[in-house]
Amino acid sequence: MAEKVLMKGNEALAEAAIVAGCRHYFGYPITPQTEVAAYMAKRMPKIGGTFLQAESEIAAINMVLGASAAGVRSMTSSSSPGISLKSEGISYMAGCDLPAVIVNVERGGPGLGGIQPSQSDYYQATKGGGHGDYHLIVLAPASVQEMFSMTIKGFDLADKYRMPLMILTDGTIGQMMEPVSIDQVQVNTYEKPWAACGRGNRDHRNIVNSLSLNAPELEQWNFDRYKRYEIVKKEEVMYEEFMMEDAEICVVAFGIASRVSKNAIVEARKNGIKVGMIRPITLWPFPEEALKKAAEKVKSFISVELSMGQMIDDIKLAINCSKPVTLCNRTGGVIMSPQEVYEAIEKAAK
Amino acid sequence: MDNKILFAGFGGQGILFSGKVLAQAGLIDNKEISWLPSYGPEMRGGTANCSVMISDTPVGSPIVSQPTILIAMNKPSLFKYLSETESNGQIFYDSSLIEDKVERADVSIYEIPATQMASDNSLPGLANMIILGKVVKESKVVSYDTLMQALTKVVSTKHADKLEMNKKAIDLGFNY
Amino acid sequence: MEVFKKTKGLTDAQFHYCPGCTHGIIHRLVAESLEELGVLDKTVGVASVGCSVFSYNYFNCDMVQAAHGRAPAVATGIKRAKPDNIVFTYQGDGDLAAIGTAETVHSAARNENITIIFVNNAIYGMTGGQMAPTTLPQQVTQTSPYGRDVTVVGYPVKVCEMLSQIDGASYVERVAVNNVRNINKAKKAIKKAFQNQIDKKGFSLIEVLSTCPTNWGKSPVDALKWLEENMQTYYPLGVYKDKYAQEENK
Repeated sequence: MAEKVLMKGNEALAEAAIVAGCRHYFGYPITPQTEVAAYMAKRMPKIGGTFLQAESEIAAINMVLGASAAGVRSMTSSSSPGISLKSEGISYMAGCDLPAVIVNVERGGPGLGGIQPSQSDYYQATKGGGHGDYHLIVLAPASVQEMFSMTIKGFDLADKYRMPLMILTDGTIGQMMEPVSIDQVQVNTYEKPWAACGRGNRDHRNIVNSLSLNAPELEQWNFDRYKRYEIVKKEEVMYEEFMMEDAEICVVAFGIASRVSKNAIVEARKNGIKVGMIRPITLWPFPEEALKKAAEKVKSFISVELSMGQMIDDIKLAINCSKPVTLCNRTGGVIMSPQEVYEAIEKAAK
Repeated sequence: MDNKILFAGFGGQGILFSGKVLAQAGLIDNKEISWLPSYGPEMRGGTANCSVMISDTPVGSPIVSQPTILIAMNKPSLFKYLSETESNGQIFYDSSLIEDKVERADVSIYEIPATQMASDNSLPGLANMIILGKVVKESKVVSYDTLMQALTKVVSTKHADKLEMNKKAIDLGFNY
Repeated sequence: MEVFKKTKGLTDAQFHYCPGCTHGIIHRLVAESLEELGVLDKTVGVASVGCSVFSYNYFNCDMVQAAHGRAPAVATGIKRAKPDNIVFTYQGDGDLAAIGTAETVHSAARNENITIIFVNNAIYGMTGGQMAPTTLPQQVTQTSPYGRDVTVVGYPVKVCEMLSQIDGASYVERVAVNNVRNINKAKKAIKKAFQNQIDKKGFSLIEVLSTCPTNWGKSPVDALKWLEENMQTYYPLGVYKDKYAQEENK
C-alpha cells in the first residue's frame, strides 16, 4: 500500500481528477471550494492540462460542456450559489448526454447565504436542479479518502452512462485534512464515438444537441435517457451500513452528518441502545432497497441532515412511510453536535 | 483513546500550522487522525482555530468543541473553551499574552510564556511551536521523536532554513 | 468552364429561414470559406439560440448546440480540448450582444483562438420580432411598439467598436450582405477570420449586417435598402481591429 499523505478534502478531490485523466478544469472562485481551483491552477500547466478561470460560473459550466462534447474528461467545481448559476448548463449537458464531474462544496443558503458547511442543496442535486426531466448521479463522500476515491469513480460513472455527475460535499469535508492513500488506481477509459471533434474520416457528422421541436421525438429521447437511469439505479447504488445487524433504530445520514452521527451511535451503543446507520454514498440513485430492507427490522428511522429536512422525503418514499421517520437537523451553516444526535436517538428509543 | 485537540488563537499565530504538525505526527504513529480549520473571513486577522483528532479508532466527527487538550493563544479563546474542556483534560495557554489566572480543579493547566520566550530567543512567530513542545511533553499524545519527524515532513524543502528554528522552538517548550 | 456548384460546406437539408432572409447567404459564405480552406473535416461549429438555432443541420461539419449566449464559452471548451480543431460560433445579436455579452467580451479578452460569426439584424427574429440590443433608436419592434426610446431603454450596443478596445481581440470587422460588392467583401473577411485561426492568430469576430424582412415588415428588396440606409449609417462597415496588420505596418 502506498504511503498515506495528509491532504485537504478539496485537494484530494482535485488530485483524484488528475489521476482519473481529467486535463480540463474550468472554474470560478467561491468559498469554500477555492482550493480545488487553486490546486488545478498549480498542477494543470505542469502536466499539459488546461486550467481556466472563467468570467462566471455560467461560462465555466459551458466550457465544461464544450470540452466534454469534444470528448475529453472535464470538470468544474463551485459552491451552492455558483451551482445555481451552473444549473442551466447542467440541464443542457443532461439533455446532450454529456459526461462531466461537477463538484458542489455546499455552504448555507438560500441566496448568498453563508460560507459554513451545509447540505441544503440536496433537493437541487438529487432532483435535477435545472429545468427538464433529468437526473445527475450524485456521490456524497464522507472522508478525505472518499473525496479521492469517489472522484475517480465519478469520472468513470459519468463516462460509462454519459451523464453529468455531481460530487455533493460540504465545507467541512472540503476543508479538513485526513490521511489519503493514493494507491495505484484502475482508471477505465471509454471510447467516445459521439464526440464533436472534427469529422475526419467518419461517414457522418456528430451533432451534440438537446433541441428537438418534434415533441414525440423529444419524448423518445427522454424515455431512452430514463431507461439508462434505470440501469444506473440497478447497478450503481452505494451505501455503507454501520452497526445495523441488530439495530432497532436506523440513522440515515451522509457526508459530514454521518461522521457526527457515528460518534452518537457509538455512545448510544455503550448505553445499550440498539442503533445503527445507513449512510447513502450515492444520493441519486438513493439506496431505496437497503432502507426498505431495514424497515422490516427497525422500529424507526432518524434522518440526520444539515438542512430543513430534504433527504427525509426520500427516506419516507423508500420505506413507503411504513415506519416513523424523525428529523435531527441543523441548517444555515451550523453543524449538529454528536450530543444532539444522541438525544434524537434516545428519544427514538423511548 | 480519543485525543480531541483544539488550537485556538488569532490568525497569524500559526494556529493551523502547529495543528498540522501534530496531525502529521499522529499519522506517522499510525493513528487515526483528522485536521479541520475554521475558515472564512475570520482567517484574515480575527480568531483562528483548528480541530485535531488523534485516535486509536476511526475518527467520527472531526469537529472539536469539547477538547481534551486545549491550546489557547489568546484570551477570548481561553475563556471561550475553558469550561468546555473535558474533565481530566489539559489546558495550555500563552501566559505572556494572557495575564489572567484561570482555575479549574478537574483539568491540568499549563502556563507557558511562549511569546516572551520566542522573542527572548530570537524565534519570531514561533510561540506556537514552543507551546506545541510543551503539549507533547505533558500529554504524550505523540512522542518527541515523532513530532520532530513530522516537522521535517511538514516544513517544505523550500523553507528548509526554517526547520532548525522550529526545532529549537519545540525544544524550548519541551524543556520548559 | 467551371459550373456553379453547391458548396460541400453545407448539407442537403433545406433551410428553414424566411424568404429574403440573408442568413442563407451568410451560411454559404461560412461554408465556402471552410471548404476552400480545406478544414471542413476538422471543424466544429457551435450553434446558438435564435433564428440560426438549427444551423447544426446545415453546416456540413461536427456541431454542438449551445445555450442562449453561451456559444463562445462552449467554443472555448472545445478549442481548449482540441486545439487542432477549427472552432467557430454562429450567433445572432440577441445571443451575442445581450444575454451573452460576458462570454463575448471575455473570449475576446482571452484572445481565444476561435472565429465568431455575428449576425446583426437589429431584431429578435425567432421569437417574433422583439427589440434587440442592436435595435436602432426609434426602430419599431413588438416590444418597442412606439419606437426604441433611448431615454427609457438605452442605446444600441456597437459590438465591433466595443471589442476593438479589447487588447486580446485579434481581428474585428463589420461587413454587410446587402449587395454583391458587400457580399464579396464579407466573404473575404470571413475567410480571413478562419485563416487567422489556422495561423493561431487568436480571436476573430466578423459582424455581418443582415436583414429580417418578416419582422421588419418589409419586402426583401426594401429590407436590403433599409439595411443600407439605416443600419449602415449607425453601424459603419470596415475593419475595427486587425492586430497583425497593425504590427506589419509598424
